[in-house]
Amino acid sequence: MTHAMTTLTLRVNGEDHTVAFPAHHTLLEVLRERCGLTGTKHGCELGECGTCTVLVDGRAVLSCLMLAVETEDRSIETVEGLMDGNRLHPLQAAFADLGAAQCGYCTPGVLMTSKALLEADGDPSEAEIREALSGNLCRCTGYHKIVQAVLWAAARLRGEDSAPSAEVFYGSPPPGQEASSSSSSEAHDDD
Amino acid sequence: MTEPRAALNLIGKPFRRVDGRAKVTGQTRFADDLTFPRMCFMRLHRSTVPHARIVEIHLEKAEKMPGVLGFLTGEDLPVSFGILPMSRDEHGLAVGKVRYVGDPVVAVAALTEEQAEAAARAVEIEYEPLATISSVEEALANPEPRIHEHGSGGNLHRKKSMIFGDLEQGFEEADVIFEDTLFYGGNTHLAMEQHASVAVPEDDERVTLYSSTQIPHYVHRALARVLELPASRVRVVACPNGGGFGGKSDIMNHEIVTAKMALVLGRPVKISLTREEVFYCHRGRHPMLMHLRTGFGKDGSLKAQHLKTALDGGAYSSYGVASTLYAGALQTATYELPRYRFDTLRAFTNKPPCGPKRGHGTPQPRFGYEVHLDKAAHALGIDPADLRLRNLAPAGLITANWLQLSSVGLGRCIEAVVEGSGWRRRYGKLPHGRGLGLACGAYICGVGLPLYRGEMPHSGVQLKLDRSGGVAVFCGQAEIGQGSDSVLAAIVAEVLGIELADIRLVVADTDLTPVEFGSYASRVTVMMGNAAYDGAQRARELIATAVAERFEVDSERLVFAESRVFDAEDPEKGLSFAAAVAIAETRFGTLGTTGSYRPPTPPGRFQGSGVGPSPTYSYSAAVIEVEVDPATGLFDVEHVWIAHDIGRCINPALVVGQVEGSVYMGLGEVMMEEQAFRRLPPRLSGALVHKTPSLLEYKSPTFRDVPPVTTYLIEEPDPAGPFGAKEVGQGPLLPIPPAAANAVFDAVGVRVDQVPIHPHMILRALEDKARGKEGRFGPAAFPDVDFPRNLIVPTPAEGGDGTALNDPRSQKQAGRQAAKEKPSAASAPV
Repeated sequence: MTHAMTTLTLRVNGEDHTVAFPAHHTLLEVLRERCGLTGTKHGCELGECGTCTVLVDGRAVLSCLMLAVETEDRSIETVEGLMDGNRLHPLQAAFADLGAAQCGYCTPGVLMTSKALLEADGDPSEAEIREALSGNLCRCTGYHKIVQAVLWAAARLRGEDSAPSAEVFYGSPPPGQEASSSSSSEAHDDD
Repeated sequence: MTEPRAALNLIGKPFRRVDGRAKVTGQTRFADDLTFPRMCFMRLHRSTVPHARIVEIHLEKAEKMPGVLGFLTGEDLPVSFGILPMSRDEHGLAVGKVRYVGDPVVAVAALTEEQAEAAARAVEIEYEPLATISSVEEALANPEPRIHEHGSGGNLHRKKSMIFGDLEQGFEEADVIFEDTLFYGGNTHLAMEQHASVAVPEDDERVTLYSSTQIPHYVHRALARVLELPASRVRVVACPNGGGFGGKSDIMNHEIVTAKMALVLGRPVKISLTREEVFYCHRGRHPMLMHLRTGFGKDGSLKAQHLKTALDGGAYSSYGVASTLYAGALQTATYELPRYRFDTLRAFTNKPPCGPKRGHGTPQPRFGYEVHLDKAAHALGIDPADLRLRNLAPAGLITANWLQLSSVGLGRCIEAVVEGSGWRRRYGKLPHGRGLGLACGAYICGVGLPLYRGEMPHSGVQLKLDRSGGVAVFCGQAEIGQGSDSVLAAIVAEVLGIELADIRLVVADTDLTPVEFGSYASRVTVMMGNAAYDGAQRARELIATAVAERFEVDSERLVFAESRVFDAEDPEKGLSFAAAVAIAETRFGTLGTTGSYRPPTPPGRFQGSGVGPSPTYSYSAAVIEVEVDPATGLFDVEHVWIAHDIGRCINPALVVGQVEGSVYMGLGEVMMEEQAFRRLPPRLSGALVHKTPSLLEYKSPTFRDVPPVTTYLIEEPDPAGPFGAKEVGQGPLLPIPPAAANAVFDAVGVRVDQVPIHPHMILRALEDKARGKEGRFGPAAFPDVDFPRNLIVPTPAEGGDGTALNDPRSQKQAGRQAAKEKPSAASAPV
């Protein structure tokens, strides 16, 4: 079983990758196995979980369902391209600080879907965030911290100096009981 | 164990997890992200039939496929393995017979993954089919053919009965006795990362396995055993897990086979499982049938309980011996239950093996108990919150089944969710279709006994310090996403008064890191944390001694904070941490310390007492509000209030995340998740197959399915935990399924006594009620099973000493002792 090989130049995160691969290989396979960009993950390879989401011409796509040959002359963005130099993207910083990435496996896909959302709508409501991300499964977080992180990042991208409420970091103060020792949020900002 | 300090620098405040940056940049390297020169790929040919003898394996076609490098079959791996030493019934590849659809039979390695897949598909196997067992009932009715030759006879893996105290007396003292039968369906972990392993032969007879595992230490032991190599020549590295939830806490066939293949071929071998295969690996929640019979006083006081559980174990033992006991062991940890009987059995069935999923064996009986209590409260006319508060287990109690409790924050948890949800104003008073339900839970924070015998530490940590001021911390623990690395770093940083950025971790590598049993049983924070505290404290003492000599002050007066070491009474008098380490390095030579932890010896000493004991227990309480449409049976969870007794938060942001994740997973279990099977029609072989081995068909909650969650963290430092901390990874799941079921009752007045609750079940219960009946959907009866050979253990209140009156082990020992003593007595001069 040998397959015809295709040679193609993919533009990933603004850099050209000239790679040879079997023509039927998906963008997911080519990114991970030919470009060495293993930041993009897979959870099913059947289009069911959203884990492999990348951006193609700014749109969130499931890289397990797109053939790499379809992406010639198009702009591909992956999690590896989110940082600005050595500085985290506000989405990345918010995810890291809130614990919106627990195991971190669904995180690249969630980050890329969120980036596409925020580029289309800089001030999404919580419901709009949930709608946009409803194709991305996460088993760790229960989704709450992710929604809060996207809201926080959106605010920062709008230039607002807002931080999530103390409840996000500490839980709610137990009613009728002594407040816990500390109550102010002290997130890092050391991107 | 460790007394909390007056002022904490780091602990208790939210901080970015130490691996956070790697996780958001794509730099975290999971097992499938690894590549090595000359790496080839392996696929497994798995059984297509649920139960059969293997007549012949035909490799002829597969051998001719392009790129094929080699094959392995069961003959190549004759040594069995299993996570528990008493039930090693698994092989890397099937030997002689297959026991479920998905049982691995042949391994193929090829140059590419596609070639390996094609060759695996070309393997042909002749089977002689055997009758299949699909449920506990079928296992009880069909002792033949046996799925395994070991166990408690027929197709029963385990059967056990334990009576704690004078049960009859307890029921006699009761004014009312309630009985319920309930069922909890099976479900699976569904970690987003599919299991992957890469094995690398390092040189002659030496192999390294990189794997997505929660338990590198146990995989290490199993590999050495099966490969018949000295353990010193096997290295296991646990890569960060892309979610575990218990699904990677067993020794997996593919881990064994990959290592063997690498040794045979002399080149690196990778396997990355498909999602379908992950459903076959399973080790998830046991389907469990339960019967509870509980005696109460009129005032709601608990008098006695008899719990019976029947577990559908699937095709192999896995953790089954422990699961079977966890199905009853923690019932006594929440409410003071003076007398308790627990009968349990686990059956083998021709399905993927069940094992530990978040809560291991306890969410099912907890569901049973909390629904049962709700019904009892209703019948007794007592508010369900008050019924629980009235029976709260006190701190420090030794329970009827000999669990030593430490701190108990359950009362405060109940009060928080009752207050937060407006329970007193709203419970029982909401309009038809709206309802509130309350439930609680308790969970272990590590286990009292190791999985194999021995007195060695359960947790080990090693520190390397030098003049750079950096501290390297070595520990065998595996990060599975829960924040294990952050707990490890934070405890060391707190003790030494340095920043997280000054700490470098080396974890989960059996060559480089001290033994740590792994990421299971919610043991990381308490057990690893205490070992880390111990190691850091020793380093602190070395540095303090050297600095005290240099400054001529009492070492007791030295403070370690803000990356400095200084005199408490003259803070100007001090130096940087790096300079302090340099002084210690000058004084003592190269610096390194170790820390270790072994849990206290549990008070119970009867056979089976090893399951349940823990250094301490975490507590949770939840109130759930639901909206039920009586016309369709559809229900939605509108809000969850949950309180968790965490002892003390190491990092509250991660604690809240664990609570929210547990709530989500509990909601998935009660609302939709199901590891379900069906028989194909006879023309299609009649095989027993998984109904939904895909992420699309196996329903789990999405971003749009989760309700708002209000989380209360109850902090009451526990003397057993590092800085007073307890577990949070598993406990908060426990109250969720029963609280939802209880809320459905408050909403529409009917009971669904099983999980998951599907709309048609609510409808059926409503129809049942409309016909003037009970208004219930659930299992009819517990099978008629004989539980002979009860173990009888007097309770602490009855003056027991933790032993059974009739322990078969002690009787055997006594017999051996008597046999030994006889000749010597005869020969001794009188």
